Amino acid sequence: MTVNGADVAADVEDRTLLVHFLREVAGLTATNVGCDTTSCGACTVLLDGESVKSCTVLAAQADGHDVVTAEGLAGPDGELHPVQRAFRAEHGLQCGFCTPGMVLAAVSLLRENPQPTEEQVRTGLEGNLCRCTGYHNIVRAVLTAAKDMAAEPAEVAR
Amino acid sequence: MSILGTRVVRTEDPRLLTAGGTYTDDLRLPELAGALRVTFVRSPVAHAGITAIDTGAALAAPGVAAVLTAADLAGLPPAGDQPVTEPLLASGRVRYVGEPVAIVLTEDGYQGEDAAELVSVDYEPLTPVAGVDTALAGQSLLFPGTSSNVVGSGGQPAPAGAFGGCDVVVGRTFPNQRVAPVPLEVRAAAARWANGRLTLWASTQNAQQARDAVAAALGLDQPAVRVVTPDVGGGFGAKIATDRDTTAVAWAARQVGRPVRWVETRHENLLGMVHGRAQQHTIRIGGTRDGRILAYHLDIVQDCGAYPRFGLFLPTLTQLMASGVYDLPYCGSSYQVVVTNTTPVSAYRGAGRPEATAAIERAVDLFAAEIGMDPAEVRRRNLIPAEAFPYTTPGGAVYDTGRYEAALDKVLAAAGYPELRAEQARRRERGDVAQLGIGLSCYVEITAGDYSGGETSRLMVDSTGAATVYAGSSPHGQGHQTAFAMLVSAELGIPMDRITVRHGDTDEVPRGVGTYGSRSLQLGGSAVHQAAQDVRDQARGLAAKMLEASEADLELDVSHGTWMVRGDPDTALGWAAVAGQAGPGGLVADVDFRPASPTFPFGAHLAVVQVDTETGRVTLLRHVTVDDAGRVLNPVLAEGQRHGGIAQGVAQALLEEVRYDADGNPLTGTLADYAAITATGLPSFELVEMETPTTVNPLGVKGIGEAGTIGATPAALNAVVDAVAHLGIRHIDMPATPLRVWTAINEARARS
Repeated sequence: MTVNGADVAADVEDRTLLVHFLREVAGLTATNVGCDTTSCGACTVLLDGESVKSCTVLAAQADGHDVVTAEGLAGPDGELHPVQRAFRAEHGLQCGFCTPGMVLAAVSLLRENPQPTEEQVRTGLEGNLCRCTGYHNIVRAVLTAAKDMAAEPAEVAR
Repeated sequence: MSILGTRVVRTEDPRLLTAGGTYTDDLRLPELAGALRVTFVRSPVAHAGITAIDTGAALAAPGVAAVLTAADLAGLPPAGDQPVTEPLLASGRVRYVGEPVAIVLTEDGYQGEDAAELVSVDYEPLTPVAGVDTALAGQSLLFPGTSSNVVGSGGQPAPAGAFGGCDVVVGRTFPNQRVAPVPLEVRAAAARWANGRLTLWASTQNAQQARDAVAAALGLDQPAVRVVTPDVGGGFGAKIATDRDTTAVAWAARQVGRPVRWVETRHENLLGMVHGRAQQHTIRIGGTRDGRILAYHLDIVQDCGAYPRFGLFLPTLTQLMASGVYDLPYCGSSYQVVVTNTTPVSAYRGAGRPEATAAIERAVDLFAAEIGMDPAEVRRRNLIPAEAFPYTTPGGAVYDTGRYEAALDKVLAAAGYPELRAEQARRRERGDVAQLGIGLSCYVEITAGDYSGGETSRLMVDSTGAATVYAGSSPHGQGHQTAFAMLVSAELGIPMDRITVRHGDTDEVPRGVGTYGSRSLQLGGSAVHQAAQDVRDQARGLAAKMLEASEADLELDVSHGTWMVRGDPDTALGWAAVAGQAGPGGLVADVDFRPASPTFPFGAHLAVVQVDTETGRVTLLRHVTVDDAGRVLNPVLAEGQRHGGIAQGVAQALLEEVRYDADGNPLTGTLADYAAITATGLPSFELVEMETPTTVNPLGVKGIGEAGTIGATPAALNAVVDAVAHLGIRHIDMPATPLRVWTAINEARARS
């Protein structure tokens, strides 16, 4: 599979979950495990551009596909993605544990719906738990990112 | 203009947003190369004797290096005072589902889960004790050698005549239910022994207390233990110091002679990490028909779970804050603590104070309903007046500063209280399915309750002009790096990006207390502030010598970070030059800040809910709050703490509950079963600013970490009850789930 644009290949046990493949084989630890029932979304990554919970995808299922994790979201020059930028500006993170998954879920949400209402943001992020922020600033951040991305459409392509 | 009080975005965030934090399970250190994975074998039953453990099949499984049981614990110090002890691994008896029984050490994590299944434990069932009533009945005892399940008690019943002058007395028993802290990062640890010294990496709120606890449990001298705290993915009180599981990980590494690492599953976390609250309250409130409350008594039964940990002390904090914001002629309390066959109970965001507020704020509403007076007006008539501070409560607390009526006024004004009541009346008149409820709570709480322990800070400014703070308080999301750097920058004029904040490694910061009880800014921040002042004083002397001027003629230009002879910019010296004169270590200041007392933040919350009277579904429409925690250092951080606190408080009122069946089997062992609140369960919050400084510390600040939780729970619950009050409903137990609300509505309709 490609992970953040780089080819990653390894022989793994057939039961290996994608999240464990990313963390233990690819060495990318931004993707976190927060539960064991697909409830929390901390492990959210983009699989061929769509958000998936990588605890509920076998590594083998991602064979030949394109995976993006939080490490791969910023530009090559380190420039933050508009969603990352908005999370910082709006204080959309505290402990940071849900953040990689939350940001990727938000990126996916904005691809599907570039101008969401507050209610649509809340519904779109329902599968991602945050225990620190009360979601208030996360919702602000996603709405801010939507506004910023509309103003700089080039960013959306990334 | 000073940077203090301004909206500074966090310096922590770029790393967390791109590479992600380095949490304990993310560590890829050479010292941990080849580490074995720890998997716990946990009790599947609530109460049983262990008659045999067969590890043979597990030992033969692929990748298994060792299986450890209580039989291997020999040589450790006694695990507490007989007969109530909590060993690292269950010894002869298990007392809750999830209790650690054995440890399997394997080359990788998947092998550990496989092998743990193969450890065969024979359990001889004992009668389980689930719930405080069963515990008090004492038919089954958790600890042989005791005569009851009551492990603590205190306070006094209300004296005869306490309620004598009251026109009206209302009494009620209700739960303050058990909830799970659910930090997004579960518990995790890694351990390595070298030359008789332990290094323990652990997800903890305070490395130094973790070090001391592990050293004591393993019979080591304190210098033989180093605890390192990587990034911590939330704690909420449940990661204070350490617990038996984490200590057992350190012990296991010594037993096998290899480094080990452990990260639990969420299922284990919901069974094995401490729970919070778990009190049963019986309130009695009385007063006059014109709204004066004359007497209030709170009786508490604390369920502390299977082993007395901090749960043993929670009711004393509840007692301390029992009278809340009110000036009461009589307020008393009493408590008992019982052990049950459930997960141990400890601190969770607020720890004893949310319980006090929930009890009295519910009681005030019950009293208001009984006399038929607006709950806002009843509160107003009984608040401690602003001129009464410092105010000593019947429970012995000395409230430092407060403007309780102003807080109430502000929240009512911001919410548009009269219009809300008018809208409620219209809906009632029309008989709408969707009824409106308005809930209030006025609160005061204690922060830095363990103020006497203080907090430490070391500040160094080196010959490059950069500053490093070594903080005794380490964060788990609060933003210490930003906050402490702001304090240094404001005092010394060193730019934020030249200030490093270090914490959480006991070799680097041997003395420190930690982050809990809303203490870090007022204690740790004050320590940083004073260290900066100390460095500034030292620098003044050095700069005076360098410029051959008298100290009195020198000034520090904070906007540029330069020392100069007053009014003569040509003499300007930067921090690099001045610190370079201080010797090889640069300028150094050590501060151990110890204030004379704790602080008492306060506020008022107003929740607006809509209740669907056909389904019982509750929707929180608005949540308006005043949370006055003294001066605000950084509104961005303070608001974030309020938001998170409100969410957790609302969650307890409406959704979250750890449940057990009558046999002590957990019914909420996964996040599919435990209703952790999501983005759809909450509105955006409406925060109202108010700052009443304290004089207890030089910054004028109080704690803000727990205030939101404390205020939010009773406001949200009171709103639900208020929405259906016209049906004759006076109370609904928490959490006010659709089923509970629907049942209450149906019962009320059947009665009428």
